[in-house]
Amino acid sequence: MKAPITSESELRALVIDLLSHVAPEADAATIDPDASLQDQLDIDSIDFLNFIMAVHETTGIDVPERDYAKVATLNDCVRYLAAKAG
Amino acid sequence: MPSLGADMDAGTLLEWYVGPGDTVKRGDIVALVDTDKAAIEVEVFEDGVVGELLVPPGEKVPVGTPLAMILPAGAAAAAAPAATQGAELPAQEAAADTGTQPGTQPATQPATRAATVAAPVTAAPVPATAAPPKPAQPDAGRRPAATPAARNHARELGIDLGTLQGSGRHGVITSQDVDAAARATPGSGAGTAAGPGAHVRASPLARRLASEAGIELSGLPGSGPGGAVTQDDVRAAAGQPARAPSPTQVITPAPARPAEGAALASEDEDERSAAMRRAIAAAMSRSKREIPHYYLSLHVDMTRALAWLEETNLQRAVTERVLPAALVLKATALAARDVPDLNGFYLEDGFHPSQAVHLGVGISLRQGGLIAPAIHDADTKDLPALMAALRDLVKRTRNLQLRSSELTDATMTSTNLGDQGVESVFGIIYPPQVALVGFGRILERPWAENGMLAVRKQMHITLSADHRASDGHRGGLFLSAIERHLQHPEEL
Repeated sequence: MKAPITSESELRALVIDLLSHVAPEADAATIDPDASLQDQLDIDSIDFLNFIMAVHETTGIDVPERDYAKVATLNDCVRYLAAKAG
Repeated sequence: MPSLGADMDAGTLLEWYVGPGDTVKRGDIVALVDTDKAAIEVEVFEDGVVGELLVPPGEKVPVGTPLAMILPAGAAAAAAPAATQGAELPAQEAAADTGTQPGTQPATQPATRAATVAAPVTAAPVPATAAPPKPAQPDAGRRPAATPAARNHARELGIDLGTLQGSGRHGVITSQDVDAAARATPGSGAGTAAGPGAHVRASPLARRLASEAGIELSGLPGSGPGGAVTQDDVRAAAGQPARAPSPTQVITPAPARPAEGAALASEDEDERSAAMRRAIAAAMSRSKREIPHYYLSLHVDMTRALAWLEETNLQRAVTERVLPAALVLKATALAARDVPDLNGFYLEDGFHPSQAVHLGVGISLRQGGLIAPAIHDADTKDLPALMAALRDLVKRTRNLQLRSSELTDATMTSTNLGDQGVESVFGIIYPPQVALVGFGRILERPWAENGMLAVRKQMHITLSADHRASDGHRGGLFLSAIERHLQHPEEL
């Protein structure tokens, strides 16, 4: 596990980086931070699980299935992780 | 050159992973072959010793062309210097034998052609029913116990399983063990694995670019997943042929001829995409021309199964989490065993049911197109194993890293478009299979039962089946069996 990341901008960069592994076209310039990640990046449930696993691997934060709705957009996801990391 | 699908008539040998004198076992990956759809790892289908390699890398040959000689293990020394023809015969006879066993030959060519296809290295799709499931092979004494995912992973990273301690149940080596070993051995990334026979991981495009530019892949550090050499790595190297690129140079965009390289890549991808479109068109046209489809559907109450899944996932580590897709696949595989009329191949002489259930899974590619590789023995895998197999298959399909048996063994195919919001799938059967099962999205809907109205999570499951092999009655039993299994998720 890497050193804990707490600043929101670092978290945002991390989330975008992890997303780019499941959806190569994901980048900071094109993601609408308030739109559903699954819809705009055309990622399926397996891609999304891979993303959640990557989040766990890099931050140690486990997002249970019942919280998936809370990480559905980029802004929500960063907020959620910031709360868990803090 | 094996037939890697109903739509393939030729393939290009990209790379040999074995050389003359190497001992091979059934299921070993011996070569990489490029088809219209993807670069496929070709497995050998019998034990023996590699003799002469008959097709050099880079050559495109028709399906059925012998790729190499496989000599029976004991006879190798005596046979090698002897006439090539003589050594080839026993292999052909053996192949012809398997070709005539009912229910074992998914190849769609006539038997005479199948014999040639099967002749040397691989061949005709490995017989589905005659073949013992791979994990049951009696070579456990030689091969360390490891999960299939761990085995693949170790091969990718160039790690010898024999050097690892397994942390899984009964000391079985898991992917995590392999990861740990990889971390402990910094030099174990693909690009630096130097053992004889170790092969460099690289994308098919990177391979082609490297071959066109005359660059040795093994000399390149890979920046892709698992240390794989990517097209960018090759381009970076091509821009500076005088010296080996350092990792930092690889990360920066290719400096010298990016425009030309990019044009090349995009042309290449366009061509592959067009070729895949043609391959899908050929297979689906043949299906609609030859197969009298019938269609059935059923709304299945998923409430109980999903509640059970959520509950059990809470107990599981995030890496072991199981998706509804895997649950549905397992229920389908069990139903295929219950109602065998829908699981197998329709050949010229009629329907051959398969005892094994190798469930094909339709996987869409990001760049467009579709591949439906098989999860072997899906009916006997427990849910976590099936989920791991599904994740692995999706990942390898999207990286175009599939094996020959995965493309030829599927005894039935499923397609899940629920993630796209689709409610019902009306599928086209992939010949020579006789059934395609479609899954829609899981939706909350009103559900009436025992005179009461309730809101339930429902999924629309559809079946497209071949009327030459079965009738609606059997198809109905099959769908009901899926539903029944989904009502008892704890038994899946």
